[in-house]
Amino acid sequence: MGEIIRKATRESYGEALTELAEKHENLVVLDADLAAATKTGIFRSAYPERFFNCGIAEANMMGIAAGLASTGKIPFASTFAMFAAGRAFEIVRNSIGYPHLNVKIGATHAGVSVGEDGATHQCNEDIALMRTIPGMTVIVPSDDIEAKAAVEASILYDGPVYLRFGRLATPIINDKEKYKFEIGKGILMKDGKDITIVATGLMVNEALGAARELEKENINARVINIHTIKPLDKDIICKAAMETGTIVTVEEHSVIGGLGAAVSEVVTECCPIKVIKIGVNDEFGYSGPGMDLLKAFGLCKDNIIAKVKEAIKNK
Amino acid sequence: MDQMIKKQLQIIACKVRIGVIESTYNAKSGHPGGSLSISDLLTYLYFAKMNINVKNPKMHERDRLVLSKGHCAPALYSVLAQKGFFDEDELKKLRHIGAMLQGHPDMKGTPGVDMTTGSLGQGISAACGMALSGRVSNDDYKVYAILGDGELQEGQVWEAAMFASHYKLDNLIAIIDNNGLQIDGRVTEICSPEPITDKFKSFGWHTILMDAHDFDDIERAFSEAEKISGKPVAIIQKSIKGKGVSFMENEVSWHGQAPNEEQYKQAIMELNEQLKDLEG
Repeated sequence: MGEIIRKATRESYGEALTELAEKHENLVVLDADLAAATKTGIFRSAYPERFFNCGIAEANMMGIAAGLASTGKIPFASTFAMFAAGRAFEIVRNSIGYPHLNVKIGATHAGVSVGEDGATHQCNEDIALMRTIPGMTVIVPSDDIEAKAAVEASILYDGPVYLRFGRLATPIINDKEKYKFEIGKGILMKDGKDITIVATGLMVNEALGAARELEKENINARVINIHTIKPLDKDIICKAAMETGTIVTVEEHSVIGGLGAAVSEVVTECCPIKVIKIGVNDEFGYSGPGMDLLKAFGLCKDNIIAKVKEAIKNK
Repeated sequence: MDQMIKKQLQIIACKVRIGVIESTYNAKSGHPGGSLSISDLLTYLYFAKMNINVKNPKMHERDRLVLSKGHCAPALYSVLAQKGFFDEDELKKLRHIGAMLQGHPDMKGTPGVDMTTGSLGQGISAACGMALSGRVSNDDYKVYAILGDGELQEGQVWEAAMFASHYKLDNLIAIIDNNGLQIDGRVTEICSPEPITDKFKSFGWHTILMDAHDFDDIERAFSEAEKISGKPVAIIQKSIKGKGVSFMENEVSWHGQAPNEEQYKQAIMELNEQLKDLEG
């Protein structure tokens, strides 16, 4: 294996917007005074006439995006996940979701891996909030390749999309040549028959690492990458439930309302099996380096291995 | 204003008011007070001002209207019906299950509605987005946004006000319906948004005061607004909540209450008399 290349998905977001701007002339970008952090600054440098800073006013920014979309523009409204899904929730629901306007929300700095800024900026609730809005598509890319593909797919799709990106530089795990992205289609990363690990975002890499080590102990784990939390790929989840039994879900998000909850909702209807949820429990985060926080919250390979072994033992 | 045109507008506005009473009476709920205070304004915009196409409601180059005070949908629906966007019979089905006309404007379901609104403070942001889009694409349309005076208590309005002035959106005209009343009482007693004119001025807007129920003055105000370049325009219209129905005028209780049968008959009788006088 070659050297691991790391890149933050927020960086991929800024680059993808810039790369796709020429082809999609209706694409415009909004930010709320965080262009340097969300990486929309990359777009601003290349297309200043199509970039609009709304200042520190996320509620207004979402409304501006709605108005732009109503006239045929494809606006990407960018800020931290906390302010996009949290502060502006009601505007996203009523001005974007209800009229099903073609707005793309680029939410960066999601989860505890935001790090040192601490709990006020670590959004572990955005997936839960966004997936309750009827017609909202919710996408959580796992790496650079997937993030760029997701941005392009969301441009081609007509309707509101919430895209969740991370701050931390994380390994590129997908093969650019072979990779295919389809909204709502989960990806089988590794086959297996003993148990299934369903992961999203940064946790897909951790799940793969865990599965590789478990293999050495003769535990054959299937790994599924759910990049689209909504609409959820029910088929791939139900198939796994039927073929491997127990599912372990892993997400950098609250265990309330996120991927684990979405998977549970599906299997209780199609094939009731045990779902073990790894995520942030009912608590707030705190300051510290992002990588250390991921470990502290059990959002890492070692904890996945431990939880899988325990689940296999109890099977 | 040409006297013939003025008379026509007065007649239409009276019919719009009848529609407001018909629809809220049949819905047994809704907001007649604020609907009646913007009936003349909407009549003027849709019948004497805006570039719209009834046969092609989504025409790209059309002027757009965002009813940021979305609860006054009965007035908007009544004007749209008068204009021919849909059948007048729809008004009587307002707020009913399966009806086209929702309690608050729904751009997806109702021809002629340019933006979904209802949650206060949001429409003005969408209007800014529409105006910005027109600017970016060199489109020639204008965007009109109607806000309540109570609505100015929403912080988002001032985020939008700052944005509109920063981006010099001179294709945006906001009209503040200053009827002085909100659900819980007088705006000045609940949490005063006054001085409204000074606030918009200090946010970089051109401001115009207007008598909401005098078509000559309405025309004067919009003619002045049209000449302004380099900044957005706020028209503060001094209006009477419940205008046109004697017992509803300036009564806070008519903010969000439908007339009962007796009140309905009385209101329709009054409006029909006004109509007869105008047509006679």
